[in-house]
Amino acid sequence: MSKLSQLAVGQEAVIASIDATNVAAVRLMEMGMTPGSSVKMIGSAPFGDPLEVEIRGYHLSLRKTEADLVELVS
Amino acid sequence: MSVDAPARTLNVALVGNPNTGKSTLFNALSGIRQKTGNYPGVTVEKKHGAFTHNGQKVELIDLPGTYSLAPRSPDEMVTVDVLLGRQAQEAKPNAVLVIVDASNLERNLYIVSQVKELGLPTVVALNMGDIAQDKGISVDVAKLEQRLGVPVVATLAHRRGGLDQLRDTIVSLLDRESVPVESPFPEEFCDKVGQLHTKLQQHDPQATRYLAERLLLDTSGYLEQELTSGGQELHSWIVESRNQLAELGQPVPAIEAISRYQWVQGVLDGIVTREATRKVTWSDRIDRILTNRIGGSLFFIFIMTLMFQAVFSDLVAGNLMEYIEGFFEIIGGFVDASLADGALKSLLIDGVIAGVGGVLVFLPQICILFFFIAILEDCGYLSRAAYLMDRLFSKIGLSGKSFIPLLSSFACAIPGIMAARVIENRRDRLITILVAPLMSCSARMPVYVLLTAAFIPDETYGGVLSLHTLVMLSMYLLGIVAAVGVAFVLRRTILPGETPPFVMELPSYKFPSITGVLLVMVEKGWAFVKRAGTLIFAMTVIVWALSYFPRNEEAVTAPFADEIAQLETQREEANKEQAAQIDERLAEINNQIDGQLLRSSFLGMAGHWIEPVVKPLGWDWKIGSAAIASFPAREVIISTMGVLYNLGGDEDEESAPLRDTIKGAKWEGTDRNVFNVPVALSIMVFFALCAQCAATLAVIKRETNSWGWPIFTFVYMTVLAYVGALITYQVSAAIMLG
Repeated sequence: MSKLSQLAVGQEAVIASIDATNVAAVRLMEMGMTPGSSVKMIGSAPFGDPLEVEIRGYHLSLRKTEADLVELVS
Repeated sequence: MSVDAPARTLNVALVGNPNTGKSTLFNALSGIRQKTGNYPGVTVEKKHGAFTHNGQKVELIDLPGTYSLAPRSPDEMVTVDVLLGRQAQEAKPNAVLVIVDASNLERNLYIVSQVKELGLPTVVALNMGDIAQDKGISVDVAKLEQRLGVPVVATLAHRRGGLDQLRDTIVSLLDRESVPVESPFPEEFCDKVGQLHTKLQQHDPQATRYLAERLLLDTSGYLEQELTSGGQELHSWIVESRNQLAELGQPVPAIEAISRYQWVQGVLDGIVTREATRKVTWSDRIDRILTNRIGGSLFFIFIMTLMFQAVFSDLVAGNLMEYIEGFFEIIGGFVDASLADGALKSLLIDGVIAGVGGVLVFLPQICILFFFIAILEDCGYLSRAAYLMDRLFSKIGLSGKSFIPLLSSFACAIPGIMAARVIENRRDRLITILVAPLMSCSARMPVYVLLTAAFIPDETYGGVLSLHTLVMLSMYLLGIVAAVGVAFVLRRTILPGETPPFVMELPSYKFPSITGVLLVMVEKGWAFVKRAGTLIFAMTVIVWALSYFPRNEEAVTAPFADEIAQLETQREEANKEQAAQIDERLAEINNQIDGQLLRSSFLGMAGHWIEPVVKPLGWDWKIGSAAIASFPAREVIISTMGVLYNLGGDEDEESAPLRDTIKGAKWEGTDRNVFNVPVALSIMVFFALCAQCAATLAVIKRETNSWGWPIFTFVYMTVLAYVGALITYQVSAAIMLG
């Protein structure tokens, strides 16, 4: 299984699961990153971190360490 | 209802996600009838507004923009407490107004689902339909209303659209006392919540179902600490219940997001239509450039330069500042002419007008800075700036969200510290507040300008880079480097903790609302004026008193009495040229008297007393006491040095005489110059790093709600300033003076 942090710019994928033991994960889920929803990689900031993704029709930024919590359906 | 039934006020709480136009709607509904304050113990701003519609009075409480009503910190708890009527001094709301972004309904309905569980009459304002249209999204409002079971009103807050209908709907809620609680959770979960609610009520009859649910969901342990007396039995029951739910395929806390988003999808099914191919909006196009690695960085630098140009250039701020200075000069002149010499006149001119006026001069810069920041925030760029800067800030243990407060602090640390409210994480916010005063604010500028112009050789390297600019720039850099170092150390010593998540929405760009921007500017400007009128005023009077008393005018004037009398007689018979000479001599004597009086004042005594301490910095007692006098505000050092070096109190940094006099100042009893390049640098470094600003310390007290943090800030910055100045002086003296 691949992680959200590994998604290439412009690619879209479906979320399989999120490591819910992490505090940041609760926040990500509240923002709409739930299993089954699709997410698209838009790009990254000048130093490669944080990332910008599209989820549920809006843009969200998150750090790579947080994107590591999100497993994608391969 | 009988005709003479007492009029009842309707209390409505306004909730919603950030970036939905919530404050625009609040402003549009309540107009200028607003009151802002702070909730005790937390850094949450309290905003009240009111309007009367069809004879019904409605009180609005604006709650901070949030994505979720799940409290995990004292600040987030305030919102829930207000909604549940648990907040002291705040009436329990009779109704809730939820504002949602029509272009982003899926995520916005998440909080609607939480609000529906509070069991309060609710109305939904469906805002930003125009942006939704641009995105090719249309919403069937009638169906949405039917599915949600609460009134939905389409509004365009920034164009004041739909407001009357919204007011009608809000007023109509008065007749609805309560509504049934609707939960999107599976049955087993609801059962557990019910059981927990009963258990909680045994301890506290006021406990609500909503808090029981939150307690079950909050695995961080914050609510357990907050709500229960920590009973082991209850704790085991909660843990056991969570395990049982996990076995049923309802893991806590994930079950909340899963259930609510499922509910949202059910509500929206078939009522939101998107055009087949997703439109590339102008917002997308702009965003592609502005968050692009190269284009984004260049634009960022451009916009920051533009902002600082506007704040520091003569074109806008400079001219306005001259008007303000002129205004105080006129008042000063009026007081001077209408009052006899004495303590009262000195208090008004040297204390009040010089002190408060000296601070109010910065009002244009503060307004312009806030104007820019409000525009950038309103159009959606500030979150991009935080996004671009996050990587750099995360290196020192902060996040991109600290960027905005630190940026504001270059104009003035006070708005900067207040802007730190955007940081949700308490520890990050505290570190940001503690290092914000290290940014070189506009009050340091006069000090830098005076000393640079007087002592730094006017050399230019390579035809463009002047040594003056270089020295000024290095003072700004010094503050930034110090802030980075202090933040790094704080993060690893007294304020440790896990790195908070950086999960931030990047909202669609939109045109800023001009009234909203102006309102923010006026509000912040007025807050600044109020501070100048209260705290700075009080501090100024104290320092004035210390530099005025004890006053033995006779003893000081006596040695000069004969000469003055002689000169005055001569003047009566003198021709124009001679008279001018005599006036000059009289002014000189007056300055000497003023200087002598200051030397024998409490402040002068303090200066002598601390001379051994400041000597290693290369300072004489006069600089020492000027530094003490400038405790309320750094810029006071200019006027104090003016007095101390026998010049009279109203010198500013542009005045050549002060520059020349401090150049020629000698150590008392010797012919050694007080000032040279190392001394000038040592003073500049001291003022770049010190906490000489009572207003900043007061605002830190207010924002952190403790005296400990302002005291800490004062101590660490003074130590830093002293050590910095000491190193600067000793090293540069060793290099330059041999």
